[in-house]
Amino acid sequence: MGEEFKIEIVNPEKSFLSKEDVTEVVVPAFEGEMGILKDHISIISFLKPGVIKIFSKSGEENYYVEDGIVEFKDNNLSVLTSSIFNIKNIDKNKINELLKQAEENSKNSEITDQDKYLIDQKIDVLRTLN
Amino acid sequence: MATLDDLKKRIASVKSTQKITKAMKMVAAAKLRRAQENAEKGRPYSEKMNNIILNLSSGISDKENAPKLLLGTGEEKIHLCIVLTSDRGLCGGFNSNIIKKAKAYFKKISDERKILKIITVGSKGYDQLKRVYKDSIVEKISFKDSKTINYLNAEKVGKMIIENFEKKEFDVCTIFYNKFKNVITQIPQEQQIIPLKTSEVEGNSFDDNYEFEPDEDEILSNLLPKNISTQIFKAMLENSASEQGSRMSAMDSATRNAGEMVDKLTIEYNRSRQAAITKELIEIISGAESL
Repeated sequence: MGEEFKIEIVNPEKSFLSKEDVTEVVVPAFEGEMGILKDHISIISFLKPGVIKIFSKSGEENYYVEDGIVEFKDNNLSVLTSSIFNIKNIDKNKINELLKQAEENSKNSEITDQDKYLIDQKIDVLRTLN
Repeated sequence: MATLDDLKKRIASVKSTQKITKAMKMVAAAKLRRAQENAEKGRPYSEKMNNIILNLSSGISDKENAPKLLLGTGEEKIHLCIVLTSDRGLCGGFNSNIIKKAKAYFKKISDERKILKIITVGSKGYDQLKRVYKDSIVEKISFKDSKTINYLNAEKVGKMIIENFEKKEFDVCTIFYNKFKNVITQIPQEQQIIPLKTSEVEGNSFDDNYEFEPDEDEILSNLLPKNISTQIFKAMLENSASEQGSRMSAMDSATRNAGEMVDKLTIEYNRSRQAAITKELIEIISGAESL
């Protein structure tokens, strides 16, 4: 086969997920969604709120992230994030809670343009999940 | 000389102290295992973070305009020290070791006539420092209420540091904590986090063939504040493992000392009991003889 690569998602508390049979990953990079296949060039980027899609032999998995950094090197994809949820397990209340919080934040006029952009993204993503 | 009754009471009191220290040792041992696990689980994140920063900062094109968090303000006038200690006592030399290390650093700062600012995390550190350095302490933080160490707490501290840095409240930031080596050894650490010392960042992978999206500077300025929180979180994890380890060995030796004391007191008690009996016998015999 030879089409597979490794992914590791870590958050500060623990190693969240580690898989070795991944064929494709789509990450919500800061400048747009980015699909990563095997032998991608080494890259570092950071994430905006969105959904990480992981395609592997065992199927497709979706995770909601709020921020983070991705690094791809030598067919190892590392995702560092402080807030990540499996979409399968996330419940509606949690989404609503996050959405409400984000909407409140977006009303705050003191935030910078970049933060505003990130919050708007977050609201969009959460609405689609809802 | 203590009477028999006194000795009896003392033996009882030492024994109940021993029960307490023994229980504390057990609790610390259980907590230690969890804390150690957490510290180990937290390592990949901070290691990866370090690696990425190392790669980024070596590949940075425009050194002049690099983020201030990496290079510093160009001055070294005001030093901010974050002293991380525990909220509870009875853990041997744990807190004193950190304080000792920090005080040596404080002395160096004041000898060089620089301005010192202190933030204490954990109430024990504040208690020990407030006598001498009351005027320098700008903030005291305690996470007494939260049972476990979570990233949000570390993030709070990190954000506060960055806010202060942006307000130009300090030039150099150093954190003090205990690094967990094993149950009996914890090494007090001082680690400079602003400006970041890239030479001290551990890591071996070195590769400048990265593609960056967006550019290095932007990623770095996004990443460095996160790194501050991560470093603090790491320090908090190491600290909690060290605290439990230190408490465990302190309570272990306390239990042992109590045992020794009970033995000594019991011997003394038996001896004086025998002496009293012998004395009584002699009195009876000599009384009978004189008849």
